[in-house]
Amino acid sequence: MSHPLLRLRGISKAFGPVTVLQNIDLDVEPGEVLGILGENGAGKSTLLKLISGVYQPTAGTIELDGQPFQSLDPIEARSCGVAMIPQEFNLVPSLRVYENVFLGQEIRRYGLLDRRTMRRRTVEILASLNVDLNPNLMIGKLSVAEKQMVEVARVLVNDARIVILDEPTTVLTDREVAVLFDVVRSLQSRGVAVLFISHKLKEVKELCHRLLILRDGRPVELCATADLTEEDMAYRMVGRELAQIYPDKGSTPGDCALEVQGLSVPGLISDISFRLHRGEVLGLAGLVGSGRTEVAEAIMGLQARVSGSIRIDGKPVSIRDPDAAHRHGLAYLSEDRQGKGLILNFNVMQNITALSLKRYVRGLIRHGAERRQAEHYQERLAIKAASLRNPVGLLSGGNQQKVYLAKLLDIHPRILLLDEPTRGIDINTKQQIYRLIRSLADEGNAVLVISSELEEIIGLADRALVMREGQIAAELTGDQINEQDIMLYAAGARHRDSGAPEPALN
Amino acid sequence: MSESRTFGSQLLSGLRRLPIDTSLLAPLLALLILLVVSSLASEFFLNTRNISNVLRQVSYTGIIAIGMTFVIIAGGIDLSVGSMLALVGVVLMYIVNAIADPVQAVIMGMLGAVLVGALFGLFNGILVTKGRIAAFVVTLASMSIFRSLALYFTDAGEITTRNPLFNNIGGGFFLGLPIPVWTFLAMAIVAHILLMHTAYGRHVCAVGSNAQVARYSGIRVQRVIMSTFVIAGVCVGVSAIMLASRLNSVSPSDAGYFYELDAIAAVVIGGTALAGGRGSIWGTVIGALILGIINNMLNLMGVSPYLQGLMKGAVILAAVLLQYRRNT
Ligand SMILES: Nc1ncnc2c1ncn2[C@@H]1O[C@H](COP(=O)(O)OP(=O)(O)OP(=O)(O)O)[C@@H](O)[C@H]1O
Ligand SMILES: [Mg+2]
Repeated sequence: MSHPLLRLRGISKAFGPVTVLQNIDLDVEPGEVLGILGENGAGKSTLLKLISGVYQPTAGTIELDGQPFQSLDPIEARSCGVAMIPQEFNLVPSLRVYENVFLGQEIRRYGLLDRRTMRRRTVEILASLNVDLNPNLMIGKLSVAEKQMVEVARVLVNDARIVILDEPTTVLTDREVAVLFDVVRSLQSRGVAVLFISHKLKEVKELCHRLLILRDGRPVELCATADLTEEDMAYRMVGRELAQIYPDKGSTPGDCALEVQGLSVPGLISDISFRLHRGEVLGLAGLVGSGRTEVAEAIMGLQARVSGSIRIDGKPVSIRDPDAAHRHGLAYLSEDRQGKGLILNFNVMQNITALSLKRYVRGLIRHGAERRQAEHYQERLAIKAASLRNPVGLLSGGNQQKVYLAKLLDIHPRILLLDEPTRGIDINTKQQIYRLIRSLADEGNAVLVISSELEEIIGLADRALVMREGQIAAELTGDQINEQDIMLYAAGARHRDSGAPEPALN
Repeated sequence: MSESRTFGSQLLSGLRRLPIDTSLLAPLLALLILLVVSSLASEFFLNTRNISNVLRQVSYTGIIAIGMTFVIIAGGIDLSVGSMLALVGVVLMYIVNAIADPVQAVIMGMLGAVLVGALFGLFNGILVTKGRIAAFVVTLASMSIFRSLALYFTDAGEITTRNPLFNNIGGGFFLGLPIPVWTFLAMAIVAHILLMHTAYGRHVCAVGSNAQVARYSGIRVQRVIMSTFVIAGVCVGVSAIMLASRLNSVSPSDAGYFYELDAIAAVVIGGTALAGGRGSIWGTVIGALILGIINNMLNLMGVSPYLQGLMKGAVILAAVLLQYRRNT
């Protein structure tokens, strides 16, 4: 008799008194791509961590090829052919790219490290992913998207039989996502089983054969993807109908809140000029590495050797560090929430008040006021946490993102620079966050949204800038903000200066 | 089996809901056990004079350990505190001897010691932040520099004072307890409030947890790191006052010898993470008490002084092992 490649029976998992997963049964066949869906905190990452040996189930069994899986740790799981890309990166910042790719699976020759071969293989694998990256670079120097691709490369080094991808696409643009999907399909044709988590239903629909939908740690649906529309999926995840995802766009924008003139950072961005108005949501699109994040960081005083001028409400300002930026009413949400956004061993309250702490101090910190404010945000943003005193590192990825947003909102910024604001957030909450962004704009604030998700730019932005190779390639308004135009400018297939813009092809 | 386990976990979660910090439980328990064992092992232990002496002895390193706690939480380390104590002590004695009026001499000496300590701390802090040198290396070097200067200025000889008032500080009593003990307690309370209830303390923890996130949150990371070294220097200054005035003298070769190790040990035993990011002043106080009592007990029991280091080492290892268990 043939066994399924992976079989879960009656899997449950609890952390102390909190039950996170209940009674999961699942069979996975070779060559299958299984999607796992669920709201933030539904238990998706926890399920995959059980399979990859990071956690042990509280009850139930995991079988691999009919053998009960004695996976006591990730190393054993790995040697059984289970490879995982975790939701939060697991790379060593002080090691080089190739050293990270081969970490724990080094190639040796005569007992010594064979650096040459490892470097060559790294370049080959990255090339197969369409990534051009020096294998000798330190991981700490890479962008989030590049780190993500290094994580993918790690998985491809060894012949894995089960590959687990926990939200690998949150920071990738459509182009990298397409490459990643090609890789997944080629894995699948070699008989590798792939488990895939994403909050982007379109991707799930496109890639997965079957779906497991979780709600509050319980399986609510296990079926073929073809049987469900995206609306069905959303309905099953949330338990109710979802209305229109994007709110209506704004009316006429107000005064200019932020004006950037000739902003340059040598080697990263050059001659960036734009205006951001009150009441406006400005989208900033572009491929990975096009300099979008660097623009935001240059404005916030987080980049060295910045030239150019910045005006806020018409007045020239000089911003040398984030503290000065905050005082001018600016706030910046980084795409790297664990590296630059949250202090993981601080609790939820302490993270939310990290920027606004002054307001809670009357000589001493008023812990009660701090807690009440945290509770307020917990309700407003539906932050799912066992306790506000829990370290934020124990929250699910999406809930960490919400805490990060709350941290920003608590200084009541008037100009928001949001880099991938909905990274890892489920569609239900996404809708709420889009509404929040729109209402912030409607209240007279100015919002810049950097996003790798074209749909987000299209659905949310009143106006959009497209960046390419460190420069602004185009400014789009109204109907011009569509997938085709953005991609053409982002990829450099069309230039702003090449005469009048051609009419759209359709 | 499973019943006892659920009982255990219930007990634990019950304890977690108490207003005290659970990470203090292990060192507190260790201290209690040690107290019971010591009082059983030697009839002299609970003698008031002995207790008062132990507490006084603990104060000198304990005060320094308070400053060390800030440095370690912010992600640094200060190996120079022992040598710094000697050098500050020398400066203090010079000032006390240089001024004729005894009252003025004592006051100026105390102010001078604290100020000089702060300056030495600033020196360490600037090298660590502006010089971008690892704290371990900077303070290893300044440990050597401070000791060497102390020996040079005094020609390696002890300096003493005839000031009639000076001894009233370190040698004096208040409500039956030595003044250094009160000083230690007062400093611990202030430090605890500073660490747990002010924005500054929050910033120190943030910097030690993740300096990058702290920078992105608008915290002046370098200034915070520098300030922790200054705090350590001020604590050294206070400790120097207590020690020098108790003995009416400072020996540049012996003063503060190996104090850095005792201070770091107290911090670690108290449950502060050596990797930075979190810690507790009361833990440090308990850690200093544990070390002091062990020393005293070994003395009372007539154990060879050469073996006392072994015990200290064993306690440090046990404490770190416990911490490690809790974190995994
Ligand atoms: N080590 C842990 N200790 C305590 N609670 C935990 C731990 N890990 C996860 N949890 C809790 O388990 C729940 C499920 O978390 P999980 O990370 O599996 O969610 P998820 O479905 O991946 O969500 P997201 O879409 O936000 O990534 C969350 O409420 C989280 O707070
Ligand atoms: Mg997750």
